[in-house]
Amino acid sequence: MTFAAKASDWILLSPELFLTAAGLVMLGVSVFLGKAREEFLGFVATLSVAITGALLVWVASHPDRKTPILAGAFVVDNFSLFFKGLILLSLVLAILASVRFVGRAPYPGGEYYALLLFSGVGMLFMASGNNLITIYVALETMALSSYVLAGYFKGEVKSTEAALKYFILGAFSSGVLLYGLSLVYGVAGQMGLPELGKILAATDRSNMLMLGILLILAGLLFKIAAVPFHVWTPDVYEGSPTPVTAFFSVGPKVAAYAILARIFYVAFPKFQADWGFVVALVAAATMIVGNVAALLQTNVKRLFAYSSIANAGYALLGVLGFSTEWGLWGVLVYLLAYTFMNFGAFTLVILLESKGYAGESVSDFNGLAQRNMPAAIVMLLFLLSLAGIPPTAGFIGKYYLFTAAMKAGYAWLAVLAVVMSAVSIFYYFRIASAMFFSEAAGARIQSSYALTAVVLICALGTLAIGVAPQPFLAVLKSCVLTP
Amino acid sequence: MDFSHIPILSIITYIPLLGALAIVFLMPREKSGAIKTVATLVAVLDFFVSLPLWWAFDRGSDGYQFVEKASWIPSLGVDYQFGIDGISLVLILLTTLMGVIAVVCSYTAIEQRQKEYYVLLLLLQTFMIGTFCCLDLFLFYVFWEVMLVPMYFLIGVWGGQRRLYAAIKFFLYTLAGSVLMLLGIIALYFYNTTGFLGYKGLGNAPTFSIEKLTAVAQGMPAELQIWLFFAFFLGFAIKVPMFPFHTWLPDAHTEAPTAGSVILAAILLKMGTYGFVRFSLPMFPEAVRNGRVAGLMVTLSLIGIVYGAMVTLVQKDMKRLIAYSSVSHLGYVMLGIFALNMAGIQGGILQMINHGISTGALFLLVGIVYERRHTRMISEYGGLAKPMPVYATYFLIMALSSMGLPLLNGFIGEFTILQGAFARSFWWAFFAATGIVLGAAYLLWLYQRIFFGEVTNPANEKLADLTFREQLTLAPLVILALWIGLYPRPIFEVLRRPSEKIVQIVGGATTEAPAMAGKGSEVGGGAGPSSGADTAGAVRP
Repeated sequence: MTFAAKASDWILLSPELFLTAAGLVMLGVSVFLGKAREEFLGFVATLSVAITGALLVWVASHPDRKTPILAGAFVVDNFSLFFKGLILLSLVLAILASVRFVGRAPYPGGEYYALLLFSGVGMLFMASGNNLITIYVALETMALSSYVLAGYFKGEVKSTEAALKYFILGAFSSGVLLYGLSLVYGVAGQMGLPELGKILAATDRSNMLMLGILLILAGLLFKIAAVPFHVWTPDVYEGSPTPVTAFFSVGPKVAAYAILARIFYVAFPKFQADWGFVVALVAAATMIVGNVAALLQTNVKRLFAYSSIANAGYALLGVLGFSTEWGLWGVLVYLLAYTFMNFGAFTLVILLESKGYAGESVSDFNGLAQRNMPAAIVMLLFLLSLAGIPPTAGFIGKYYLFTAAMKAGYAWLAVLAVVMSAVSIFYYFRIASAMFFSEAAGARIQSSYALTAVVLICALGTLAIGVAPQPFLAVLKSCVLTP
Repeated sequence: MDFSHIPILSIITYIPLLGALAIVFLMPREKSGAIKTVATLVAVLDFFVSLPLWWAFDRGSDGYQFVEKASWIPSLGVDYQFGIDGISLVLILLTTLMGVIAVVCSYTAIEQRQKEYYVLLLLLQTFMIGTFCCLDLFLFYVFWEVMLVPMYFLIGVWGGQRRLYAAIKFFLYTLAGSVLMLLGIIALYFYNTTGFLGYKGLGNAPTFSIEKLTAVAQGMPAELQIWLFFAFFLGFAIKVPMFPFHTWLPDAHTEAPTAGSVILAAILLKMGTYGFVRFSLPMFPEAVRNGRVAGLMVTLSLIGIVYGAMVTLVQKDMKRLIAYSSVSHLGYVMLGIFALNMAGIQGGILQMINHGISTGALFLLVGIVYERRHTRMISEYGGLAKPMPVYATYFLIMALSSMGLPLLNGFIGEFTILQGAFARSFWWAFFAATGIVLGAAYLLWLYQRIFFGEVTNPANEKLADLTFREQLTLAPLVILALWIGLYPRPIFEVLRRPSEKIVQIVGGATTEAPAMAGKGSEVGGGAGPSSGADTAGAVRP
């Protein structure tokens, strides 16, 4: 394998390279800045992501971006551009949502932002990864940064517990994934996904291959928090600092969906009947467990943890529909909608944060309508969207997923999904009831500029996709992978 | 009047929305007087803009009228498409009228968070009118669902003691019903295009147009029609509500503020029956003709009529009483619709309007004494005819209208429905007639307990009679009740073509117009049994 980097390779890699450099600089600079200057670091981090975004736009207009570079390991197709855009969006939202929080925390902010950026680098590589090794290394880059972020409040027991749980289970699942990758490699003798797809299309099913696919699936299902690999989620979500939780609920999940989609769409379409069965069972279990367990939660972060488990279950309907034009398209639409609405909802949790870093109960939302009416209204918007009520982004996203499931012949799953959406109303509207029907529990809520910006971005996205979905749908259609 | 160049339906739909936005952004919450004025003006304006439709509407034409069409989501084949036929016309007019009444009746009843209250009321108005105007199934679903949100808040914020429970129950029940409809819509979409689940699609261009999908759906295999009928059925049946899906209704009605109950009774319940006439019947004729399905529908309707009336008899709370009477009345509507003949369907639709008028008025009346006494218990009242004679008169008229006394609207509707039912089966008419007797019993007994005798409770001695504003909210409904009771022909004329179309599709006879619309019998009471009840057996096996 010869390996000569051309000039255009450097251009195509520029967003990733820049973000890595920005993270390193951030680490270095923060040593010399005191705690008082941390808002400035937040600004620098935001700017770095913005520049990365600008580079991404530049890359998108590059003429020969469609040919894989680095010996086929890295590809900049529309699919990866969509995911990179979404990853940068969740990164910038996470940074903005952290500014006030990190400023108040008794720990240095420089490494916090640097870790966010590094995990961003990992996710960008995940979106473009075109062979098994690249994908695995990118996933680990993202995961290692995440483990540390979960334990950022190192003096707090809950945060440390979250980090440890996340690390042990995460490392275990990575091992499972790696084992699966090695088995598939053993069968096909290829690392690149397109080559794998070609070879496997001509390969009969064998036990070794099935086991490999199953293990890869299990490893990835862990990352997207699907049942039965979801048990870490509520604890990690509860224990992590809330901006980190908000970030975990979108960024890494979105990136994991990117590799799940790419691997299964490009390399394993022939065996859809085999893995489809497993995914269908997992989707059903995930929707049921996520929604039913969410009914019982009183802690908001745990509630949203289970809600995001349920959402992962809906998105799996799109994975099942990969054989139809609606499947992958639906997953993209849903992930876009999900990023806006879920991050928006978490931002409101951050806004209401009353007791240090983790003491959020549903009753914190009591009387929010009286304490800050606009906040209550946007939260309502996010809740409606999460519940799939039109005209919001969540409805359009779910519509696509249900369509994909129906078209792919999983009518029973579609029925289960709509019934579970109805169940989800119950817990989402517990928050709505608390906001509008209960007496105010505290003083007026003051927002910061950064948090207001995050909420506005999320609210605009949620509403725009719901009311005028056409432009988004058209763009996303062009981002679907070509098999 | 020529509306061909103005999107009149969109204007009617979005006037309340614009009013709501104006209140949100331009009016400070302290100026509650100004907010009420603006809300009233907006509602009145909407009513007067909608009124010309009645004259501009072409009664002889077959298709939808005042059609507006624009592309909304081409990727999915979704259009923004509005248009109405006679059925939606009368319901829209009822909605705009009730919108005014709902605003005006809330002036003194609502004292807290007035700004939000009127904003929600106007939003609800927009969503309800939109639902009746839609000619695109996707758009219909959007309006249908989003409508629940303002109602949820109206019940939950301004409701009675158990408002939280009632609000979430209302939302969950109605939403749980309609989500399956979404899958039904998706299935229709695929049947029209590329097929699904082993059904070969027709290969047409993707569309959600109600007109096109109705034509397509009629050709579906019977088995698929039955599946889809039930996917749509649950959403509509819960909304109606049909027995045994009615349990949310007494709670929602009882806990909602007066205007909320009025809107719920007069308009929201009609969404369900409207769904049956607009979608279930014309789209799935094979399913509707199927003996078992039709039998189930009629049985549930009859149980609703009789059971609803019997439960009504024993209620101690006035609002709950009227709520249960709705279950019985809506049973008539459903019976008429599933009689599948001209008389039944026309009567059913007319009875939707009648129920809106009389039950809406009864909820208003209960709200009026509730505001004075803050109790809805019947035992708290007695002898009210003495301190409140005008009130007693209005109550009497509306109670008589609700129980179906000749010369008033209820009679025309119930009579036509019975005609339709009788043409199909003696026993259907027999059980339905039992419901009428029970209806007379519970309403007269209610009237007796509230108004007759001496004033036993000292708190009732000095109750003020109706104010001018309260009379203003009731008078239009009394006029309508009398008008429909004495001269229903104009309404039957509006309903004739759409009903004929439905009957043609489901296979009943259309040759004979029902007695009430007949040439020689313009006065309701004189119709008698010379009816066009010759549709028995006309339903294809």
